[in-house]
Amino acid sequence: MSKPFVRPFVRPPSPDAYPVGPCFTAGHLVETNAAWRSERPVFTLARCTGCLRCMLACPDGAVLRSKAAVEVDYDFCKGCGICARECVAKAIQMTSEGSEETEESKDGSNVR
Amino acid sequence: MGRMSADGAVSHARPLFMSGNEAVAWGARLARPQVIAAYPITPQTVVIERLSEWVAEGLLDSEFLHVESEHSALSACMGASALGARSFTATSSQGLLYMAECLHYASGGRFPIVMMNANRALALPWNIYGDQQDSLAVLSSGWIQIYIEDAQEALDMSIQAFAIAEHAEVLTPVMLNLDGFVLTHTYEPVEVPGQEDVDVFLPSFRTPSKMDLEAPTNMGFTAGPAHYTEFKVQQHRAMLRASQVAAQVDEAFGQRFGRCYGGGVVPYRCGDADLVLVTLGSVAGLVRGVVDDLRAGGVAAGMLKLRFLRPFPEREIVQALSGARAVGVLEKDVSFGNAGAVFSDVASTLASTTIRPALLNFVAGLGGRDISRDDVERMFDELRAACVQAPGERVRFVNVQESRDG
Repeated sequence: MSKPFVRPFVRPPSPDAYPVGPCFTAGHLVETNAAWRSERPVFTLARCTGCLRCMLACPDGAVLRSKAAVEVDYDFCKGCGICARECVAKAIQMTSEGSEETEESKDGSNVR
Repeated sequence: MGRMSADGAVSHARPLFMSGNEAVAWGARLARPQVIAAYPITPQTVVIERLSEWVAEGLLDSEFLHVESEHSALSACMGASALGARSFTATSSQGLLYMAECLHYASGGRFPIVMMNANRALALPWNIYGDQQDSLAVLSSGWIQIYIEDAQEALDMSIQAFAIAEHAEVLTPVMLNLDGFVLTHTYEPVEVPGQEDVDVFLPSFRTPSKMDLEAPTNMGFTAGPAHYTEFKVQQHRAMLRASQVAAQVDEAFGQRFGRCYGGGVVPYRCGDADLVLVTLGSVAGLVRGVVDDLRAGGVAAGMLKLRFLRPFPEREIVQALSGARAVGVLEKDVSFGNAGAVFSDVASTLASTTIRPALLNFVAGLGGRDISRDDVERMFDELRAACVQAPGERVRFVNVQESRDG
């Protein structure tokens, strides 16, 4: 799994230099897009069985495979909570943005 | 009447006898659009009938999409245009308004679609006859708007429209407006250019801004507050450049086909005119005749025909009206609670100059009501009166009976 490639849009010197269309080079995004998330999924890998159900259920492709099993791409996770709902092993907890992370995550088992 | 051989090749030594609608269909056919998507509506229907017949008979190599609505028709044209295909559609009245959302989408997307609009009244009350409320209601949708006077111009401008729309400096859709019935259904002799000549004049459409598996692009994306304005400035500038491009296209057309139509406006005996009637569309022929009669009687009358409403030909209007003492705007439209859209634009253009003629707005021809020679003569009488005393009500509905003691 590869993460979306972000290449920030550099403001053109004048309106005439903007893309016509709007039609522009494909294959990348110009910004990350997760600003409206109010809760984040926090993974407790000790409970994770590696079934990848969360990865399949994520509507945004924001759950990625990793060496540890899975990781969340917080640049694009919208915080919908579907992964937590789908996790049979209850290894995912939705945690308020800005609040302290869960007990389990403090030991470093949560992968950012 | 011209003859058509079995394979559809036309002998253009003699003109064909055809309606305004058929003239548009012929122009569109000669422009060889790869995709035509349209929904029939009176009084545009014949355009679509002819084109679909020609496609069915193999005389026109085009993909004809019989869509379920005008919204779909223009959406399909946008899809085709996004693939770099030349696309054409036609509509009228309620159909045009049903497209409203897509009109802005097409112009913002810079899709050089050409659309014929048969000018027709808007419901309610339901009415299928001609006026200009439909296209004037969508003046701000980012489309180039051209108003046609006769069938020959309809055919020729259907070809020119693609050359203007697809020009790299413009890339803006074009709406060709024909007065419903008066122009769409009137038969006139029309010279049909040869296909080979049109092919040279109008090469196939080429654009780098398209969906392409070899060179993928990201189309129709979002732009937030930080960048949206720049896209709109760019669109505005492209529209302004269309004036110059349209003039070049008209000149090149004239060199090849022997017919030119002028720029954004066509002044008629305006040079020394005290009284000028500004108008648009097919009624110009009637006004021209009245101007000639008034001139014969010693009245310094003139007419200014507007061919383009977007881009608005400000400079040409100021030039043509600079000596006038009274200016009337005759249009088949009113913005309820204000004035006609054309009047508002003409008045605002003059307001930014030192020219201060008396200004009157004649709203006529709504829902297909006839505009007579007497009506136009009375407009000039009212303009003459406005020269010597304050005109009072500036917006005047023509030919409306109103009992004083009612």
